[in-house]
Amino acid sequence: MAAATAPAEGAHARRLTELVFRVRELGIVAALVLLIAVTAILEPRFVETDSLRNLAVNASIFAILTAGQTLVIVTRNVDLSVGSVLGLSAFMAGDLLSSSDALPWPVVAVLGMGLGAACGAFNGALVTFGQVPALVVTLGTLYAFRGLAFLWTDGRQVNAETLPDSFLGVGTNSVAGIPILVIIAVAVVLVVGQWLRDFRAGRELYAIGSNPEGARLAGVRSDRRVFTAFVLAGALAGLGGVLFTARFGTVDATAGTGYELTVIAATVVGGVAIFGGQGSVYGAALGALLLGTITSSLIVLRVEAFWQQAAIGALLLLAIAFDRFVGLRVEAALRRRSARRAA
Amino acid sequence: MTAAAQPRVELRDAAKSYGAVRALRDGNLALRPGEVRALMGENGAGKSTLVKVLGGVVRRDAGEMLVDGAPVDLHSPHDARDAGIAVIYQEPTLFPDLSIAENVVMGYHPLGALKRIDRRAMHRRVRELMDRLGVRLDPERPVRGLSIADQQIVEIAKALSFDARVLIMDEPTAALSGPEVERLFTVVRALQEHDAAILFISHRLDEVFTICDTVTVMRDGAVVHDARIADMTPDEMVRRMVGRELSALFPKQDAQVGEPVLRVDGLTREGVFFDIGFEVRAGEIVALAGLVGAGRSEVARAIFGVDRPDAGEVHVLGTRLPAGTPKAAMRAGVAFVPEDRRQQGLVLDLSIARNTALTRLGSLTRLGLIRRSAEHALAREWGERLQLKFHRLEDPVGTLSGGNQQKVVLGKWLATEPRLLIIDEPTRGIDVGTKAEVHRLMSELAGRGVAVLMISSELPEVLGMADRVLVMHEGRLTGELSRAEADEESVVRLATGQIEAAS
Repeated sequence: MAAATAPAEGAHARRLTELVFRVRELGIVAALVLLIAVTAILEPRFVETDSLRNLAVNASIFAILTAGQTLVIVTRNVDLSVGSVLGLSAFMAGDLLSSSDALPWPVVAVLGMGLGAACGAFNGALVTFGQVPALVVTLGTLYAFRGLAFLWTDGRQVNAETLPDSFLGVGTNSVAGIPILVIIAVAVVLVVGQWLRDFRAGRELYAIGSNPEGARLAGVRSDRRVFTAFVLAGALAGLGGVLFTARFGTVDATAGTGYELTVIAATVVGGVAIFGGQGSVYGAALGALLLGTITSSLIVLRVEAFWQQAAIGALLLLAIAFDRFVGLRVEAALRRRSARRAA
Repeated sequence: MTAAAQPRVELRDAAKSYGAVRALRDGNLALRPGEVRALMGENGAGKSTLVKVLGGVVRRDAGEMLVDGAPVDLHSPHDARDAGIAVIYQEPTLFPDLSIAENVVMGYHPLGALKRIDRRAMHRRVRELMDRLGVRLDPERPVRGLSIADQQIVEIAKALSFDARVLIMDEPTAALSGPEVERLFTVVRALQEHDAAILFISHRLDEVFTICDTVTVMRDGAVVHDARIADMTPDEMVRRMVGRELSALFPKQDAQVGEPVLRVDGLTREGVFFDIGFEVRAGEIVALAGLVGAGRSEVARAIFGVDRPDAGEVHVLGTRLPAGTPKAAMRAGVAFVPEDRRQQGLVLDLSIARNTALTRLGSLTRLGLIRRSAEHALAREWGERLQLKFHRLEDPVGTLSGGNQQKVVLGKWLATEPRLLIIDEPTRGIDVGTKAEVHRLMSELAGRGVAVLMISSELPEVLGMADRVLVMHEGRLTGELSRAEADEESVVRLATGQIEAAS
């Protein structure tokens, strides 16, 4: 009876949601293409190779940070401290590399990630074992880590001249025409994206965000998983800091100030639900690219700085409204479908 | 089954308290290989707490737990699962954003090369499970939007997805239809033959007598009886569960039945309830009975305007209420005591006085400021009238016992002098003494001409209190019974939809 028609309807519902998800990521790509096209018409130089390469390089560090942020937001938490962690790690990298007997830069990169991971572990410990809401914890560490950076730099600044060329090359050179930074970012996004998509630990993060109590009852070790998400987000912010130094050369205690909001905005624009359980690292990375492109295109079009901020805000609201709208439509459709089945 | 076999899992004198409330004491229970044991008791008798202790969700305060004869300490549901204990919980534990398959295997996904999740194998395995349960649910469909019955199926599949040596089922059949229950029983019997130990909780006596070998009866937080099913009769079972005379506990006084206060016509919310129509008159207590998930609470929420119905009308005293506006309902004299006291009925961190005054804030202000003295006077008055046991009116409501919390909710609404009281699960999680007081109060209100619509999952309460019983099954009204017609059997039959098939 009712059961006999179930598979077809189930498949239909699946296609529906799959479509929505694909549309979600396709939508960002479409917005991106539209934005670039419009800007290119008004200012053809915008689509020259150098300019496009710049767009990608600018989005790279943000893409790495959004990958980490996605891991945290998917679990229904948030990490506001990533900008400050980036600042700490950026200064540490600069400091270590500009001394006379400098360590090889890959070692410094690992140390930067380690420092980030330690910061993330501190956040994660307070959130999971301390049972303090992530918003409060990371708001606190946003200031605390920044303060630490000021204490450490003591007003000093690292300059590009003191850094080894091999290290600065990471931020400026290309391999086969593709900037090294972009290669690193794509690699990070792919690895983290796959981990979240195809590995148990990653899927458990979705479960935790979708229904925290349910996850616990299903035997998911939620505390451990959330802790790991924070550690990884911290490590990626640490990596972002090292790359920041490589790219800009000049670093002081204010590096990465305000990045956290851009990163969270990009993640949400990229389709990661702020209440957890939904979204992908790929979408979030696309979100970072879209936000970066908007900023660049507004600069190219000589729009005032105020409007740049307003545009990002409008995009964020639009993305949230779109998600809400689609979510309600899908839910209503699924509800009607199971109603018909029950009737 | 041999009586001498080592129990797979055993509780000895387990106890658990939540603050001042002793949810479980004298928890003694042994589950042997190949045994299907029923756990019986009224709502609030401590069954769910016992299940949570066995499942590692809460930790016992005292007593011992043994698995295969060795003492264990379960720190989390994960530990329980590692010990081979699978639990189907009463409350939904599903992940709405994820597919059915992922819900079933969460944390135990089949892995392929490099420990990547093998989605094919996952879908195949879940499809096989669904076949075993005889339902055709697409494993790749998201859980969001599934009917309660289908959600229950997913819960069951989840518990069966690994080789459990102990299976605990807390009302697994509450939302299932006849054939689905049959299928579940077939699976249970197969597990039994593989020497699993099974604990089965249900309110349907016939199921218990069909599938179970032994029974443990709980009352007021304690295990009071342990016997073989063959030595029990349904009557004895009910007597041991209730442990007192029904009539003394539910003193519904006769009241003058007056004009209709509430009239509901064709009320529909798609996928939840359909074409609901009934009347409640002044001085009448009408019970809305049915199984969990039948849509009763949702009807109440739609009447009060919390949820907006898709179709239908609600009239109070002849005036049509605008849809989706609780404020209008309150102005028309409707009071609503919700099911979930802690989440929806009270602001737990606010004081007793504040909570009591919440519905009357408008009349307690001067120049837009709330007068504390008026708030206290109101709270004191209702505290006395309801015999509230409290320390100070400034204490947060969260510090009170369940029964006294419910009195605060009642006081809050009675202060508005309602013409219609909608009360959802009036005595859930309340001790026996306070229960009787709440019932006396409802009866008194009816006597004063208030129309009362009561939703209750406790049959004795329904049968004892109601002048008329409306029964819902899967979102539809399946019948109306007068006080004389209503008995346990007739209500259960309507609630499980068995009459529909006949008519």
